[in-house]
Amino acid sequence: MAQTSPASHAAERISEVTADDIAALGIGTAIFGTGGGGEVYGAQTMVERELRTHGPVRLVSVDDLGPDDVVILMSGIGAPTVGIEMLSSKGQIHALLEEAERLLGRPVTTLMAAEIGGSNGVRPIGWAAQLGLQVLDADGMGRAFPDAAMVAMNAAGVHCDWAVQSDVVGNITVMKTVDLHWLERHARALTVASGSICIGAHYPMTAETVRGAVIEGTVSAAIRVGHALLGASDPVAAIAAELDAKVLMSGKITDLDRRTVGGFVRGSVTITGIGDDRGRLQRLELQNENLLVLEDGEVLVSVPDLITIIDTETGHAITTEMLRFGQRVSVLAWPCDPVWRTPRGLELAGPAAFGYDLPYIPFEGAAR
Amino acid sequence: MSARDLALGVDVGGTNTDAVILDGFGTVLAHTKRPTTDDVTGGIRASIAEVLTAVGPERHRVSRVMLGTTHATNAIVQRRALDRVAMIRLGAPAATEFPPLTGWPQDLAEIVLSGSAMVGGGHMVDGTPIAPLDRDGILRFVDGLDSFDAIAVAGIFSPSSPEQELEVAEMLRDHLGQDTRVFLSQDIGPTGLLERENATVLNAALYSVALAVTDALVTVVAEQGLDAQTFFAQNDGTLMSLDYAAQYPVLTIGSGPANSIRGAAYLSGHDNAIVVDVGGTTSDLGVVVGGFPRESTLPREIGGVRTNFRMPDVLSVGIGGGTIVDVVTGRVGPESVGYRIDREGLLFGGSTPTLTDAAAIAGSPVAGRRLPALSPVTAAALEQALAFVTDRLDAAVERLSLGKADIPLVVVGGGGFLVPDRLPSAGEILRPDHGGVANAVGAAISLAGGRADQMAPMGDRESAIEQASEAAIAKAIQAGADPLEVSIVEILETHVPYTAQPTVNVSVKAAGPLARLGAATPTTA
Repeated sequence: MAQTSPASHAAERISEVTADDIAALGIGTAIFGTGGGGEVYGAQTMVERELRTHGPVRLVSVDDLGPDDVVILMSGIGAPTVGIEMLSSKGQIHALLEEAERLLGRPVTTLMAAEIGGSNGVRPIGWAAQLGLQVLDADGMGRAFPDAAMVAMNAAGVHCDWAVQSDVVGNITVMKTVDLHWLERHARALTVASGSICIGAHYPMTAETVRGAVIEGTVSAAIRVGHALLGASDPVAAIAAELDAKVLMSGKITDLDRRTVGGFVRGSVTITGIGDDRGRLQRLELQNENLLVLEDGEVLVSVPDLITIIDTETGHAITTEMLRFGQRVSVLAWPCDPVWRTPRGLELAGPAAFGYDLPYIPFEGAAR
Repeated sequence: MSARDLALGVDVGGTNTDAVILDGFGTVLAHTKRPTTDDVTGGIRASIAEVLTAVGPERHRVSRVMLGTTHATNAIVQRRALDRVAMIRLGAPAATEFPPLTGWPQDLAEIVLSGSAMVGGGHMVDGTPIAPLDRDGILRFVDGLDSFDAIAVAGIFSPSSPEQELEVAEMLRDHLGQDTRVFLSQDIGPTGLLERENATVLNAALYSVALAVTDALVTVVAEQGLDAQTFFAQNDGTLMSLDYAAQYPVLTIGSGPANSIRGAAYLSGHDNAIVVDVGGTTSDLGVVVGGFPRESTLPREIGGVRTNFRMPDVLSVGIGGGTIVDVVTGRVGPESVGYRIDREGLLFGGSTPTLTDAAAIAGSPVAGRRLPALSPVTAAALEQALAFVTDRLDAAVERLSLGKADIPLVVVGGGGFLVPDRLPSAGEILRPDHGGVANAVGAAISLAGGRADQMAPMGDRESAIEQASEAAIAKAIQAGADPLEVSIVEILETHVPYTAQPTVNVSVKAAGPLARLGAATPTTA
């Protein structure tokens, strides 16, 4: 699998997700988490169990959608420290869907992950299994981002009509906000009132509105990357080949400046090259996710292109909160979806959106 | 009457049972290493008898006997002698998407679980009840069970809102009898429901196993005619009373590395150090800070079950005296000849090149042994393997020391000769006497300790620390600490995002020397 050429990706589209794919999906979503997205273990056990109970989930492409199909985005929202204690209720997802269908006046047929990074990339598969629905092989970010407004649909100009949020107690709230910035603000306040953790459904779309507005193929891609890692003797090379990513450098973490501010991890990490990369030094800027790679004062890669730090030995992604001094790591980067490179995409998720006064220079990836 | 100032430490490992006797100044008066026996008692009996014989008439000065053991871990891994547990979770409707024992190996779940229920109750992060406590539901559940040995109870956010679990324990004992064995998650682990619940169930399942070991210790001590108090070593390097160990056996699971780390630090005279214990198959590295092992904040797996109780932060590297060197590929390990080194290694006339042979090439002597003539390929591979070992150990030490190269490295364990005399990442390299029995020394020098967690709004930080401190001190005293000398040794604070008001989680550890008079407050099982 490590030798897969980019041209053969289309042929490898996955049409069904089984319980045996979930370990790979978890590994893949951690890599697409680009340092954020939260831990996936809890989500993995839930989804595996649901798939063993209810059977595999159908994974469909945008082209598979018909005129009667309705797609909605699903995600968990809140504090990870609370999310590991006050876990979601059985039926919470059913109540959420019921309210969504009442608002729509018709059945929802298809779920989509709001972000493919971390646990939010894994859980929709388990929810779809419980609900007997299909999952769109796509997501709203192609990675993980910290803000609800940073979704491809927003960049593509598709409006979000409503959002529904449910908590573990059974409270359900419908939000009709003027835009996604207000949604983010209201959703946060509501999450706090609900005990710091919720599940949300938003962005109802049809086959027509979904086309060109979502990032396609990301569920398959995450599963493929995970399987590539699991079967590889050289995991770093296997992942890079599968993603068409470039290994920027391999080294060890020699400095770590990281603090938690208002629920966000902010800081930087310095990686000193070893082996063939001896003598090189790279610094990554972090804010929940990995945002910039700098070397010799030059920006090599910047958000929204994807940057992931992986363990050199195992190939597993390392989230920003799990970085430790002395870890042997490789820095991987690959180009983002074209939607993020449009003026509207860069306004939402370019370097300036994260407070960096830098021009965005598209990263060319392994082809360079 | 002569001073009763001797401490006897025993460490029961998977392979060896070590014992030492220390005097009041901490000098090692006697030490032994014996094979661990299947019944555990035999190994404990033999090792204790041997060190007592070695000190002769001075044996009557022994006033304290401390035992560290990996027995509980082995019982889980081997699925041996485990009790059957009924699991009750308080928190519905929350968390019902994740039933108890999610992710357990099926065979272990079947052996251990006699039934589970998720009932109304639990708290939110700020202490607001999630739902009213379903008392009837709990009684209906236990009345409907066929049979069970113990009950485990886990309430959502019980580490910071403990009252509901306590109420349920009282209710169950009123209903089923006062000797019903009820285990509460608040006593076992911090925030992280599934992991804490897992640890609570394992703890409840280990009761009989723990009782067998505590009984074995009491029996041997009585057989030897010692008038000594007996204690168990726990994961954080402190001691607990035998009663407490029987109640919380899961807290003994990480005591092996904790004892090794503390013992090594003590023998070297350094309270802040990196410790490497080089065995036959792995090198286990840990950090001692202010005399205690640094703890890991990551979930740990025991027998395939994820748990979150505090364990020493140990980094295991696949390098030991028996690690096999593949001459063709140059690969070092992770396979090891283990205890068969004395038959299979080149140095011992065998045919498998190992890291012990590599060390011998570099000049590390193994008494009375010489390497046979080696082919140039084999010699080159062994030399390269040693360079690889140095590099791996250097990387591991650097990772644990966080780049501070002035922290001493204390080397213990049978394969200690694999550690070179200089490592770029380490300060002074120390090889203390009696390093081979550092585990047992660590058990013998331990203090009694306890830990408590408390979640609170930022504004109430001080009172949260105060409350957690009181609870930690109470637990330390319960574990056997002298109430007059117990003190707070560590306070950890973590911030909780997405809360109406800034919230902080505090975790406090207390420890103190063992009380000399009177027994520890007994806990009822």
